[in-house]
Amino acid sequence: MHRVLGDRRAIAILLGPALLVYSLIMLVPIVWSLGYSFTKGNTIDGFTGNGVANFSRLFDDPAVHDALWFTLKYAAIVTVGQVIAGYLLALLYVFFLKKSSALIRTLAFFPVVLPTVAVGLLFQKFFQVAPQTGPVNSLLNAVGIESIDFFGSAGSAFWVLIVMDIWRSMGFYAVLLFAGLVDIPDEVLESARLDGASGLRLIRHIVLPLSLPVLMSSLIFSINGTLKVFDSVVALTNGGPGNGTTPLTLYMFQTSFTYSDYGYGSTIALLLTVVCLLVSLVVYRVSQRDLTEG
Amino acid sequence: MSLRMPRVRRARLSLFTAGTASLALLTTACGGGGAGSSAAPKEFSYLSVTENTTVKTALTTMSEGACKSANDALPLKVETVPQASLDQKLQLLAGQDALPVQFAAGNAPALTQQLAKSGKVADLEKELKSLGVLDQLEPAAVSTIKALYGGKVEVLPYEYNIEGIFYNKKLFQENGIAVPGTWDELVAGAAKLAAEDIQPFSASGQQGWPITRLVSTYLYRSLGPDALQKVADGKAKLTDPEYVKAAEEVAALGEKGYFGKGVGSIDYDTAMNQFLNGKAAMFYMGSWALANVSDAKQNKVGAQNVGFMPFPAVAGGKGSIDQYPSNVGLGITLGAKSFDKKTGAWASCIAENYGSTALKDHGSISGFKVNTEVKDANEVTTQVRDTISTSKQNVLWFEALFSTKATTVSQTNAAGLVAGSMKPEQFMQTVQDALAAQ
Repeated sequence: MHRVLGDRRAIAILLGPALLVYSLIMLVPIVWSLGYSFTKGNTIDGFTGNGVANFSRLFDDPAVHDALWFTLKYAAIVTVGQVIAGYLLALLYVFFLKKSSALIRTLAFFPVVLPTVAVGLLFQKFFQVAPQTGPVNSLLNAVGIESIDFFGSAGSAFWVLIVMDIWRSMGFYAVLLFAGLVDIPDEVLESARLDGASGLRLIRHIVLPLSLPVLMSSLIFSINGTLKVFDSVVALTNGGPGNGTTPLTLYMFQTSFTYSDYGYGSTIALLLTVVCLLVSLVVYRVSQRDLTEG
Repeated sequence: MSLRMPRVRRARLSLFTAGTASLALLTTACGGGGAGSSAAPKEFSYLSVTENTTVKTALTTMSEGACKSANDALPLKVETVPQASLDQKLQLLAGQDALPVQFAAGNAPALTQQLAKSGKVADLEKELKSLGVLDQLEPAAVSTIKALYGGKVEVLPYEYNIEGIFYNKKLFQENGIAVPGTWDELVAGAAKLAAEDIQPFSASGQQGWPITRLVSTYLYRSLGPDALQKVADGKAKLTDPEYVKAAEEVAALGEKGYFGKGVGSIDYDTAMNQFLNGKAAMFYMGSWALANVSDAKQNKVGAQNVGFMPFPAVAGGKGSIDQYPSNVGLGITLGAKSFDKKTGAWASCIAENYGSTALKDHGSISGFKVNTEVKDANEVTTQVRDTISTSKQNVLWFEALFSTKATTVSQTNAAGLVAGSMKPEQFMQTVQDALAAQ
């Protein structure tokens, strides 16, 4: 076995097909798209090179600044929200419901399998103010508060989006973290309890450190997903009001396919790639250090 | 993880991979000939939007009747996409040189002109002239098309619409409101209605354009018919105080709650229903809404209770109320490459028969001449048709001369303007910036 894997030709033959397919469908388009970012134009007019004009435009385009800020804000809040909510659910499963958590687990996981567009429409109706007053506003009216037009301002629309996405994904993270918690050996918990650790102290000093690896991978997973958010924003607000809830992905999409400026769209895509890379590196470094200490 | 290869071998391998990859890409990129590259079309393919059912249905009717011979030679085949993804679809098809024989040419005139500049659109004026049917187009429609498309006839006038305010006669009468002649009278009337708990206006903030139309028509009344041409030519800016004034006036209506609650989440159909169910007294819309007004199933207030008035004058303004905003609906055009004799037969048949077919079956007013007498469905339709045939000068709409980007920016921010989340000067600044960005 060792002899086969040590042979270069064998490596080339084994890796070749996969590498070829990967290059064709991943690497080549990435480089291609990078090439587009030095051009101006679209499929109708053809493309003309315009040097680094797109990059300088990127720096003084207020819409990019707004979209980048929105993306980061959204990623940070949703990541923290869904991982904490997921972790709390997982703790609930393991320490309170114990063996009988299957039903609750299924219920919490249910929104994960729903199509995003359906969830978007559901929340639109849930928070709507006109033509019919939605359930949330009816509730507010019942306690004597005026109806709020949730989708009328960027601030409130943002929070509806956050609530929706946390609700949609917490079940998934709960299952992921549940797997991590189940792995903690019973003996360790038992001996900690004998030493007098219970409740919050047990979680803080025993459970949390032992489930840190899976928590970290959830974080990386979640950040990468939320930085690239697209479908739930399109389904709920379509980036509105104005461009109040437009993340980088949607702005890139609009620029390329609605305003037919493929070159600038590619430049925005490149910015998003760099942001994802940087954030992943930071999280990875932090998690490495923590793991060695923990 | 290194592969432990000598450098030369590694370079060779990656070269080989890159070579294969680019070859594969080239073959796929050039393989997209599609239907457009074949010389003569085999069918009268028509790409339309899902939202527009009139043209599709009328053409199908004609293919079985008046245009049967043209249809036998070149059968009609309709394909639809949602309007929101039309522009993307067109760009893809144009890029592959696979545009159909007839197609809806984009949501903004800017895109149609782009297609025409790259030689994808037939020179309709020349073609129709040589077919001898150019006189079947109403002169008013032709002049509107030329104003929109840089002096050329780049689309067919499948619709010819003027815009104004549809109002509920009964609500006006009950509250003692006369048809307003000036903006101030309109605002006073709205205040009266609001005091009686009647929503004065219904408008779709989700679409946005029904709101920006109010801004542009106000501009045409206050600054004259060339108000937006000046912006397009760079002689004026939307941020100039006299332009911002229009946005302020419209925002003030919203601030007083005259558009009802949550205007940003009201879609087109809901706005239409609010008016046709008598929940709102006024509805700024184009004459295409006559189809809904004439439909007894939709119209609960009755066609006899619906009136049509021009957008009122602005005191001391340079414009006049008989300058109606007009358009030819969604621009539908014919491809340059596929325009042969058989397509020509279809084109002349459409020019001669579409006007009466659309009016008779759908109550839809087009820019083609009506060659067989059609009795109007109701008084308001007659009123609008008379207005069209007597109007001397037309104006356009807010985004008519904008780029696609500025169009989107303007329409997505319109709801914020009347909901108060965006200040009028900020709205105009945002749109002006989008105009400058192109």
